[in-house]
Amino acid sequence: MSSFYNYLSNWDKFDYIKFLQSRTEIDIKQILEKEKINELDFLALLSSKSDLFLEQMAVKSSSITKREFGQTILIFTPLYLSNFCSNGCTYCGFHKKNKIKRGKLTKKEIIDEAIKIRELGIQHILILTGGDRIRSPFEYIRDSIIIMKQFFKSISIEVYALSEEEYLELHRLGVDNLTLYQETYNKSRYEEVHLYGEKRSYEYRLSAPERAAKSGFRSVTLGALLGLDNPVIDFFKASLHTLYIRDNFPGTEVNISLPRLRNSMGNSIKSIELSDKDITKFIIAYRLFIPRSGISLSTRESSKLRNNLLPLGITKMSAQSKTTVGGHSEVKGDEQFEISDKRSVKELHRDLVSMSFQPVYKDWDII
Amino acid sequence: MSDLFVVGEKKFNSRLLTGSGKYSRDSLISEVCESSKSEIITLALRRIDLNNPVKSLLDYIPKNMQLLPNTSGARTWEEAVKIARIARDSGCGNWIKIEIIRDNKYLMPDGLETIKATEILAKEGFIVLPYINGDYYIGKSLENAGAAAVMPLGSPIGSNRGIKCKELISILIETIKIPVIVDAGIGKPSDAALVMEMGADACLINSAIASSPDPVLMANAFALAIESGRKAYLAGLGHVKDLAQASSPLTGFLYE
Repeated sequence: MSSFYNYLSNWDKFDYIKFLQSRTEIDIKQILEKEKINELDFLALLSSKSDLFLEQMAVKSSSITKREFGQTILIFTPLYLSNFCSNGCTYCGFHKKNKIKRGKLTKKEIIDEAIKIRELGIQHILILTGGDRIRSPFEYIRDSIIIMKQFFKSISIEVYALSEEEYLELHRLGVDNLTLYQETYNKSRYEEVHLYGEKRSYEYRLSAPERAAKSGFRSVTLGALLGLDNPVIDFFKASLHTLYIRDNFPGTEVNISLPRLRNSMGNSIKSIELSDKDITKFIIAYRLFIPRSGISLSTRESSKLRNNLLPLGITKMSAQSKTTVGGHSEVKGDEQFEISDKRSVKELHRDLVSMSFQPVYKDWDII
Repeated sequence: MSDLFVVGEKKFNSRLLTGSGKYSRDSLISEVCESSKSEIITLALRRIDLNNPVKSLLDYIPKNMQLLPNTSGARTWEEAVKIARIARDSGCGNWIKIEIIRDNKYLMPDGLETIKATEILAKEGFIVLPYINGDYYIGKSLENAGAAAVMPLGSPIGSNRGIKCKELISILIETIKIPVIVDAGIGKPSDAALVMEMGADACLINSAIASSPDPVLMANAFALAIESGRKAYLAGLGHVKDLAQASSPLTGFLYE
């Protein structure tokens, strides 16, 4: 079967820098008059030449989002099961050689954490673990999900890349979303920042969303860790990835997330800066490109920026996030990265309502 | 003259069905129901939170309205059947709008899966209203399977360019004995008036109302358009001239 890996290799010889630099304002004008935009149109909108048209693009993006999703925002929160990790990712606070407090939740602790999160009103949960198949094996994740099903209406996972059989088992248990970031789509850069461990395999990670979709997952959330490499090219390729899943697995809903690289303990990497204007442009250009995709914006961003980006295309937001293990009950392990938007679920709820958005806590039932 | 809308052996004055999704606040739903005079409202079971200690979506729906839970999110007939049963067990009644969508690009309903789900649910005593493409054979099969009405899409969702499936809907109206309720793709009141003039039995409008800057006023505008279209249909349209006639005959000189 053809895969996104093969599809992406068609773009290997494409000269992105030359293309982006040679766009003109007339090109952008013409693209904005089109009803449907193709891959190259989308890339052109990510170029600096679209700066002058940002407001016009935002109006269009906001109106499409309102038509497709209404004035609603789905609220979810992450739950960290474990921060043990056997990978060497130079940008991540969990990387193996980083001397941080490590921990893993027991069954009882998972229940305590779930109760605390449930008390906040959260019903959609995103489960995370570090990449360690010895200390957090598949069976541990699976058993945690079985516990979690008693507390939450929708379960998403953000764990190491799994095999098709494993995804199938989790799908049958009721997991509906896979969240998996490729980090960077530039293969050589990927190998530079993933020094060792299972995650070092670029291709196995790249093909994971396909395996999940093939196993029947209802939705996938993809993205690049913006700042590891050229953010425009990485975001473009992440967008192509969502397009590929949408077109090849029509039963799987696609979402994109735009995590910007943030500081963490033991983070040894210098990130490529991405301005608020750029991230705004990414969101609205993506909305024009794939009108029905979900767009998720995490607490890595400030409350002010999140509020401002909200009407432009965002459909999902995390709230009251803790990137520590046991962060809602009793902390057992250090954080993965710093969060910026520290609003509680209640505070975010209040802000959404004041901006005429309806916070949605339940949009699925495990059936 | 009484002109009641009969579906599922129940009679309704209004031919406008409304929805409960996409609103900036759920409390708008009760205002929209009032201004639209709608008597049937669809709601996605996936959104209903029966454990909510404050208020669930259901609390905003006037008690006298007929609930029409839908199977939004179902990708197969099995999932649709499960959702319908959950809806009934959770006290939402035995009406069900079947929506089975297997593609996230065009959001097209899958007719074959819909027929299977309809057969099962109709036998279990559900009042089944399936959302379909305006296909003649699918419509006929659903009628035979025990559907209470068919709900063809007016246009592909989000196309916003008027009633693109007009001819197909008109064939359904001519041939199907159960009510035809036009659903999806109706962007403005004039679109709704058009399908009602054609003889559609009712329209379901959600996004066009919910995404208006003034949903309450827009709901009323749709109610009036639907009533107007219905009256025009009952009255019978006058002869619509295909070609304009010149006020002085162009060939009159021959007879001078």
